[in-house]
Amino acid sequence: MPGEKILLAGGAIKSWKLLFGLRIFAFMATLVAAIVMSLNRETKTFVVATIGTIPIKATLTAKFQHTPAFVFFVIANVMVSFHNLLMIALQIFGRKLENKGFRLLSVAILDMLNATLISAAANAAAFMAELGKNGNKHAKWNKICDRFAIYCDHGAGALIAAFAGVILMLLISAVSISRILLNSK
Amino acid sequence: MVKLTQRLGGLVLRFAAFCAALGAVIAMITSRERSSFFVLSLVARYSDLAAFKYFVIANAIVSVYSFLVLFLPKESLLWKFVVVLDLMVTMLLTSSLSAAVAVAQVGKRGNANAGWLPICGQVPRFCDQITGALIAGLVALILYVFLLIFSIHSVVDPFLLRKS
Repeated sequence: MPGEKILLAGGAIKSWKLLFGLRIFAFMATLVAAIVMSLNRETKTFVVATIGTIPIKATLTAKFQHTPAFVFFVIANVMVSFHNLLMIALQIFGRKLENKGFRLLSVAILDMLNATLISAAANAAAFMAELGKNGNKHAKWNKICDRFAIYCDHGAGALIAAFAGVILMLLISAVSISRILLNSK
Repeated sequence: MVKLTQRLGGLVLRFAAFCAALGAVIAMITSRERSSFFVLSLVARYSDLAAFKYFVIANAIVSVYSFLVLFLPKESLLWKFVVVLDLMVTMLLTSSLSAAVAVAQVGKRGNANAGWLPICGQVPRFCDQITGALIAGLVALILYVFLLIFSIHSVVDPFLLRKS
């Protein structure tokens, strides 16, 4: 039977511990990114004009919902962390049935699709954040990070966590594909 | 017979993805429009926006990679490596397309909360060409997702179709 000699005791395939550790880290990274970005909000009061000696103040709020890319970022990170949670549960509770049927193939394909999803979300949010940080003088778009510094800092933290998730999902996909290769020899 | 149609299908898909990625690069590079507003003259170029520059670079890398893999001989040992490279290239494609669409959407609709005005009203032809480039990028992405599943199928044979 193919793959018999690389099965460990308990029916798991050899790279079980590595994959489990990577998935735990990926789950935590994407969850942190989703939570930090979804709680990102800053309210500030500005003086917009002065009539005589009376300053006119306006209260502006920077929310993550204002930018569609950030909304996509939150949704995608929630989806990827849910996927990792599901795979962790499968690995713990389905330890003996690893090489039955299409399980290895479907896990690998799902991992690849989620890797592309998280890379798209992280990158879109990164470029929108760059636009907010530097503005664009050709299109006459002002930067907003000089006024909403805390909003930008929290967003940067969420982005770093998401990029860690991207690298981890790429490694997880590579390990999942190599498990199929190991099993089919 | 199965092997020949398999290899032919893979080649056709990869050639189509190469053409789509190359088309996206060319469409975006040649987009340039000058619009005059009284004495002010605004020139819109793809290089004004960082996301579009990244889109051009990523799609150029993808088209060069597709072109090189087209000539990989059938019995080469590198086909297993091609699976992981296909995954990385697909991630590159999604990230570039997603960033370019996010920025193009701000250009088209503006962002009222940040005080950013849309620019598509002043340079409509530029916007149309960018839209065309993004659609070509989307086609390349879809073809590469198919190619990814195809590469796994031809390397691993998970459905045990081949008799050994």
